Amino acid sequence: MSTSYAALLEISDLKVEFPTRRGTLVAVNGVSFNIEPGEVLGLVGESGAGKSMTGNAIIGLLEAPGRIAGGAIRLAGRRIDDLPYEEMRKIRGREIGAIFQDPLTSLNPLYTIERQLVETMTTHLGISKGKARERAIELLHEVGIPSAGERIHHYPHQFSGGMRQRVVIALALCSDPKLIIADEPTTALDVSIQAQIIGLMKKLCRDYQTAILLITHDMGVIAETADRVAVMYAGRVVEIGSVRDVVRRGQHPYTRGLMGSIPKIGDNVEHLSQIDGAMPGLTEVPSGCAFHPRCGVAMSVCRQDTPILQRCDHTEVACWQVVDARTGPKGEA
Amino acid sequence: MTGNVMIRVENLRRYFYSTPPLLNRLIEGKRRQTIRAVDGIDFEIKTGRCLSLVGESGCGKSTVARLVVGLYKPTTGRIEFGGGRPDSPAAGETDPSTQRVQMIFQDPYASLNPRWRVSDIVAEPIRHENRRKGRMEISQRVGELLSLVGLSPGDGRKYPHEFSGGQRQRVSIARALAGDPDFLVCDEPTSALDVSVQAQILNLMKRLQQQYRLTYLFISHDLAVVYYISDDVGVMYLGRLCELADTQTLFARPKHPYTRFLLDAIPDLGMGGRERMPVGGEVPSPINPPTGCSFHPRCPHADIRCKTEVPRLNEHDGTRVACHAVEEGRLPDPKH
Repeated sequence: MSTSYAALLEISDLKVEFPTRRGTLVAVNGVSFNIEPGEVLGLVGESGAGKSMTGNAIIGLLEAPGRIAGGAIRLAGRRIDDLPYEEMRKIRGREIGAIFQDPLTSLNPLYTIERQLVETMTTHLGISKGKARERAIELLHEVGIPSAGERIHHYPHQFSGGMRQRVVIALALCSDPKLIIADEPTTALDVSIQAQIIGLMKKLCRDYQTAILLITHDMGVIAETADRVAVMYAGRVVEIGSVRDVVRRGQHPYTRGLMGSIPKIGDNVEHLSQIDGAMPGLTEVPSGCAFHPRCGVAMSVCRQDTPILQRCDHTEVACWQVVDARTGPKGEA
Repeated sequence: MTGNVMIRVENLRRYFYSTPPLLNRLIEGKRRQTIRAVDGIDFEIKTGRCLSLVGESGCGKSTVARLVVGLYKPTTGRIEFGGGRPDSPAAGETDPSTQRVQMIFQDPYASLNPRWRVSDIVAEPIRHENRRKGRMEISQRVGELLSLVGLSPGDGRKYPHEFSGGQRQRVSIARALAGDPDFLVCDEPTSALDVSVQAQILNLMKRLQQQYRLTYLFISHDLAVVYYISDDVGVMYLGRLCELADTQTLFARPKHPYTRFLLDAIPDLGMGGRERMPVGGEVPSPINPPTGCSFHPRCPHADIRCKTEVPRLNEHDGTRVACHAVEEGRLPDPKH
């Protein structure tokens, strides 16, 4: 397998499985993508698409019995998916930071913010406590917490939701990681606070050259923040490309349906375009293209063969229709 | 008929009281605290229209919904149901005004009884309303209702856990319609759903509204959803209405600085690449709201008057807005 060193994170053919009594469930099925340094890659999809599973697999936090059953994850050329727990612990927090949806569960309620920040820095960076404290205040100031010098002595419950998420961002940033996995970072927040947090993440990404894997179901957040987007459906990436191309001229029927079903201000429509049905559960993923039962343009190939992701015009897309339109019927490139 | 007022709410207030434990009261001298969840709201909804209330969490929009359906008693103020259909039940039966109001809740996982079959869930309002109806008649009606919301009559035999979130919300809608209501109160009915399913439910709700001339009070924090579903929009902040207008006017020419902020904060799908001005600060606590206009600490146009005097919701240029700056003409035109 060729390895290009330009990519900071390289995921190839990742497969995440859950063995259960009734058989093995495949939550992530052959997902591949790269993230360049300083890039924001959005991962969108509806609940159950496997986007959080992908994120958890990268930071090595899959909950048992979930396990990586195939493929490879490389961080700056080094394989990290098969590292022992202790090795992975050193990478997590040091080289890969994480921001989760609910800031209250990512902070320890029994420790002050200071202790959590300082401990992280002394562990990962090996700097003295005094230095770490200085940097902690600096960071809190930078993520927009007023009077950081005082607030640092407070406990998580003394902060509001938006402020807590800022603390979590500071915590993710404190060891200067190259990559941050942000799993629904703004979902629990109100719109005005969400706008503040998005602005903050964009600024930090620019200033620190940190790459972000932004996992969310909110297309608006992706459109504002990400450089590229991968759209997931039933454990697979169905389309990947630059934000502009995917949001405005997505080619996969699912991408288009998803975009069409978002109500837009200023659009005077009597009827929203809708995709009928719902995402299949893991126990009942259809054969062939998993989207075919809900797809308006499904053909007989779609029911039998799983389309693979390939470049078609401006995006990479996994759809027989799109391939057909370019190369003639049953085109295998 | 179009001019009929379905519901009129006047000076509605709901306070909650939080009492600290006895020891804290005795030793630390802590007092009983008043939370002004809804603090003086007036609006009316005409028959067949949809009014949405938007605002951030803690602004009191869900409390208004619960007050309107009668789950809470108002501290002060009046809620009047007017209009009415010619075939509304005669006097002597249960209060007709409450029968014609139904509610759809946010969480379709919590609002359906997991031990009941869907057919029983949907049949309950029918049984409650008319005990004389026969079993056959009821099950036929339940079947009709289920097909109406896009499920099959056979789904009635299933339990709620056998359905996905979107299907459960359809069951909730079928149950709400079973009582043959005129007025539906919907408290964030789609915020627990995925976008593609949200579109299905919104389309269904709009279709039902036209089909049965339903009146909606729709509670949401999502401005795009509100834009799609509603005829009128009220923007709430800390228990008060700060702007009330028809949807087109409100979104095209927002007056109140808070409305403008909210609209500005929505992520832009069109990717115009605009640099927006995010709202500074957060919603203050309703226990200790700011004096005067409660938005003044976050408002760039605030002056002395805003800090001391509570603005009233006044008619201004086609909208009703509660802002001193708008009244005095101090506010610059919106950038939109």
